[in-house]
Amino acid sequence: MTRENSVVVHLEDVHKVYQMGTEKVHALAGVSLEFERGTFCAIMGPSGSGKSTMLNLLGCLDRPSSGTYTLAGNDVGSMGDNELSELRLRELGFIFQSFNLIPQLTVRENIELPLFYLGWDAARCEKHSLELADRVGLADRVNHRPTELSGGQQQRVAIARALANDPRVLLADEPTGNLDTATGEQVMALLCELNDAGKTILMVTHEAEVAAHASRRIHMRDGRIERIEEGN
Amino acid sequence: MDRVRIWRNVSLGIKNLMLHKLRSLLTMLGIVFGVASVIAMLSIGEGASKEALDQIRKLGSTNIIITSIKPLEDESQSKQNSFMSVYGILYDDETRIRETFSDVENTAPIKIIRKEGRLYERALDLRVVGTTEEWFNLVRRPMVAGRPLVQNDLVDHANVVVLTEFGARRLLATEGTIGQSLRIGTDYYEVVGIVQSESGQGIEIAMPDQEVDAYIPLNVARERYGDTIIRRTSGSRESSRVELHQLIVQVSHENRVEAVDAGIRAMLKRFHKKVDYKIDMPLALLQQAEATKRTFSIVLGSIAGISLLVGGIGIMNIMLASVTERTREIGVRRAIGAKRRQIIVQFLIETIVLSTIGGLIGIGIGMSIPLLVTYFAGMPTVVPMYSLVLSVGISMAVGLLFGLYPAVRAANLDPIEALRHE
Repeated sequence: MTRENSVVVHLEDVHKVYQMGTEKVHALAGVSLEFERGTFCAIMGPSGSGKSTMLNLLGCLDRPSSGTYTLAGNDVGSMGDNELSELRLRELGFIFQSFNLIPQLTVRENIELPLFYLGWDAARCEKHSLELADRVGLADRVNHRPTELSGGQQQRVAIARALANDPRVLLADEPTGNLDTATGEQVMALLCELNDAGKTILMVTHEAEVAAHASRRIHMRDGRIERIEEGN
Repeated sequence: MDRVRIWRNVSLGIKNLMLHKLRSLLTMLGIVFGVASVIAMLSIGEGASKEALDQIRKLGSTNIIITSIKPLEDESQSKQNSFMSVYGILYDDETRIRETFSDVENTAPIKIIRKEGRLYERALDLRVVGTTEEWFNLVRRPMVAGRPLVQNDLVDHANVVVLTEFGARRLLATEGTIGQSLRIGTDYYEVVGIVQSESGQGIEIAMPDQEVDAYIPLNVARERYGDTIIRRTSGSRESSRVELHQLIVQVSHENRVEAVDAGIRAMLKRFHKKVDYKIDMPLALLQQAEATKRTFSIVLGSIAGISLLVGGIGIMNIMLASVTERTREIGVRRAIGAKRRQIIVQFLIETIVLSTIGGLIGIGIGMSIPLLVTYFAGMPTVVPMYSLVLSVGISMAVGLLFGLYPAVRAANLDPIEALRHE
């Protein structure tokens, strides 16, 4: 496999400018990055450093004001709303701080959500979602509602959902932010396990202990990359 | 979009609606009552106008009915003793109408005489109707037994009589009575048939139900009883001379009726010095009744439309609240990869499910209201099939129309903002 092929995420001099009233805010001021397949990277920084903007951009929820962002060979900047949706559906999985499970759906239905939009038939959905529930250790909870589960369990359901479409990149936004240390550790262990299995994970966090699990840590400040640490 | 996904959207919609049962129910009420009122009003209106239209149709839409009436000027004179008033349709009028208008297919003259009838020991006041076989063709009433009057009866000046079912019962006559002799006045008539009685037959001479009719050949009636009727009332004597009491003119086609009607009016005006006749055109009544019905339908339709509009606004209001409430869900779905169109479909299906269920409940209530009206008020009601189709269609359309704005608003939310929403 050549180096070019193994690059999943490529950012080149990316700027993101927001218009706040009369003032222009440079949330990202020239970021260039490259992530290879199998990377586990933590993006760190104080609030206002641009790490959330970075995650939204990486998650194709937003487009760069200038510069280029290439995800799995697709030029995100030139894409329309429908194409971005399609790209998220095929290539990305999201894990949120507050889990964001849909309360009226069961665990299984929550996991099946991406498959529903992918247009899978019911039998295939069910088989796949049960496998995923088993993989995150919740096979016996599939017919429960999210509100009947603990925080750690809910986050594991969210991870199963993020994995349902077998995404190229998993994006995690403070995945342990709403969990106590012990359950947080369990969730991180699960993410590490997924990374060991070859999944690319990009994670935003401000906790050094959590970031320590990642193989690379990018520190951001004022919309710029301050420094990059490699290794555990 | 395939069937599976639509079905999943529908079941998801139902699930979301069941999450807030009371709210969904209250939201539906607008549509429920809108639809119920449409159906109830249309049914009651339809029932009322059907009765009127049926009565008019019975008179025959190709018929023109001329009835003799005593002219107003005669009232004062008839108060004086033993004055004879002469009025009404003449035998010549019938001949003239038959000969003048080529569009006239048939005419049925009627002459009425009151006589006492006697069958065995039973005596009754009869309304003797002198008429022709054409009358039986025109009114199209089925025979209960025997036969109606036929042409030969008139040719032979036969002493034959046809009774109505009601009259026959009053006279204790049965099927076995056919062939027996009925005495009318001083003459004997052979009973040849019994014809079904009709309640609202449109011959406005008297309440038909209270009368015992005996139909005999017109020429026989004329020869036996003449044209002069003498009625004694408390000391005064009142006599009148009327040749024909009624003349039914049948025209070949509905669209010729008005022309013939105008012709007859002009003709009668020329030959009658006084207006001693009245002309009814069931077709005109029919047209009038239908116009009234149309107006009625438009008024009811507008009321129903307004109530459905209010119901639709209610739905829109709740759906907007629901969109706000579920902003985060929308954000999550968008992040996972749902397209705008898919979000629109999801919310639209929810409102359509809501309004369709509301519509179906409304149909249930709407169909039971006319039953209650018929049961308690005795008014006839007809639930028109089209009103059911219309109501379901309209309630679905209301869901679609008023669900569209909230759905589009949901789909246009910025996913980043939506995910940040508390």
